[in-house]
Amino acid sequence: MDSPRYARLGRRRIYGTLGVALALCCAAIAAASLLVILGYVVVKGVGALNWEFLTQLPHPVGVPGGGVGNGIWGTIIIIGIATLMAVPVGLLTGIYLALFGRGVIPESLRFLSDVLSGVPSIAIGLFAYAVLVAPLKHFSGFSASFAFMMLMLPLLVRTSEQAIRSVPQAVREGALALGMSNFRATVGIVLPTAMPAIVTALLLAIARVTGETAPLLFTAFGTQFWESNPNHPMAVLALQVFTYAISPYPSWQAQAWGGALLLILAVLILSLGARYMLGRAAKGLDA
Amino acid sequence: MENAQPQFRRVVRFVSAADRGFAAIVYAGSAFFGLLIVGLCVELVLGSWPSIVKFGPAFIFSSSWDPVASKFGALPMIFGTVATSLIAIVLAAFIGIMGAVFLADFAPRWLAAPLSFLIELLAAVPSVVYGLWGLFVLAPFMRTAIGPALQKVLGWTPLFSGPIYGVGLLTAGMILALMIVPTVTAIARDVISAIPRDLREASMALGTTKWETATKVVLPAARVGIFGACVLALGRALGETIAVTMVIGNRPEISASLFAPSYTLASVIANEFTEATTSIYISALIELGLILFFVSMIVNAVARLMIWSVRGSERS
Repeated sequence: MDSPRYARLGRRRIYGTLGVALALCCAAIAAASLLVILGYVVVKGVGALNWEFLTQLPHPVGVPGGGVGNGIWGTIIIIGIATLMAVPVGLLTGIYLALFGRGVIPESLRFLSDVLSGVPSIAIGLFAYAVLVAPLKHFSGFSASFAFMMLMLPLLVRTSEQAIRSVPQAVREGALALGMSNFRATVGIVLPTAMPAIVTALLLAIARVTGETAPLLFTAFGTQFWESNPNHPMAVLALQVFTYAISPYPSWQAQAWGGALLLILAVLILSLGARYMLGRAAKGLDA
Repeated sequence: MENAQPQFRRVVRFVSAADRGFAAIVYAGSAFFGLLIVGLCVELVLGSWPSIVKFGPAFIFSSSWDPVASKFGALPMIFGTVATSLIAIVLAAFIGIMGAVFLADFAPRWLAAPLSFLIELLAAVPSVVYGLWGLFVLAPFMRTAIGPALQKVLGWTPLFSGPIYGVGLLTAGMILALMIVPTVTAIARDVISAIPRDLREASMALGTTKWETATKVVLPAARVGIFGACVLALGRALGETIAVTMVIGNRPEISASLFAPSYTLASVIANEFTEATTSIYISALIELGLILFFVSMIVNAVARLMIWSVRGSERS
């Protein structure tokens, strides 16, 4: 081994070390930016949090206090309705794709589902507006639920298809051999086995729409009052955060941080819940 | 046997009736799902039809957006959308791919798991929270620190000249980069991990360092999938609305400076849709949505094909 070559190896090792350090920095930057954003939201938001903030109506500009109670209430109602609509449609389509999965129609349905998952939420908001707001001539919480349903569906469809497929064929055949109908075998045996994975997907889908704001601008629209009728315009927390943030009033901006903290907490809890369910799903498949 | 026969048939009939009903419900559910997506395309085309008829292809190439005079041209928004997304993807691709290399090939287990977890949580942060942070933390920092520093060094190029408002193309691009880094990192990490071990061992056996193996052997082998990850992230950046609306400055102008305020397709719709008074205004805004829809659809289809080609399709 002559010495120039050896020196080159030394330089190559140094490059390697520097490269790994650079890669480590990149991973660290990405992870640290989450902590930085979380830190800002917690520090700036925690001051706004109190019982009044969670339960009261927004006050007009200049009147201190007030809260986002109606926004929290509206978020729960709109997401609840969206879930009630998305779960049956998503499950049925997932069952269809898993059981009748070959051929032109299922393949194109899968493709459409993937397309839908990439459609910007604002375009889906425009669709909800065209179908449910423009013909009725008023904004409504229900139109927001409709938009949220479409945002939740792709994830639900693909996950439930995969979860149902991953249930061993022998389990289904065993059920059929005992004389069960396909219906009973699917609903009674296959679905419960696939359930943890489906619940995981549902939690992730709910987490995704909890912070979604763009389609709300022209569906739920927002209101200053308590509203439980989904046929009327409704306040939504994410929309309130947006409105307060771009307002020129410091008191509203402070409340925007408080609302952002609530949103982050909700999304984190849902994501952690999904991870927990995923762990259970993996365990269920191993057993 | 004579007795069992009719009973057996009744059971079969019951079974098949239940199955037929079940199949009908399943078909109905999936048909509804299909209809929703077809309806989405149809409604967007119908809604933008008056604008398509009135302005024709000039809509895309005209740069004047003046609702009061009923003059609508999408070019400034197309420019703003493409510019912010390109800034985002350049930043996110570098950080994301490097991060993925580290997570897949170098990180010890105790470090890889929490880092991956944090980066994946970054994807869960709501868009409006990014916007809030961008507006109150990043934009002032851009105006007072990042911007002047960049201008000092690179101010002689048109890209970094002009007044620094804080909000603008670069700020929006940086926020977008943060939002799509998790997409690039997660998919690139999976693609890199899926590259066979043999390849790494063969390379190491030839005397390369671990870093050379990772960047000169493994990365090229995974390039199609990684490129797919970037394209998928690009698709997300193109359609991102709220965070961009809050930090881009909302001005329908084309400027060479990255510090200048701009506008994107999605943020115009977000800002102006509920205030649009005339029907042609609404129609023009829906046409912007239609453009966005088609572009993101094409970008997504390309990305998915590329990712499938490496990682193997998950479809079956």
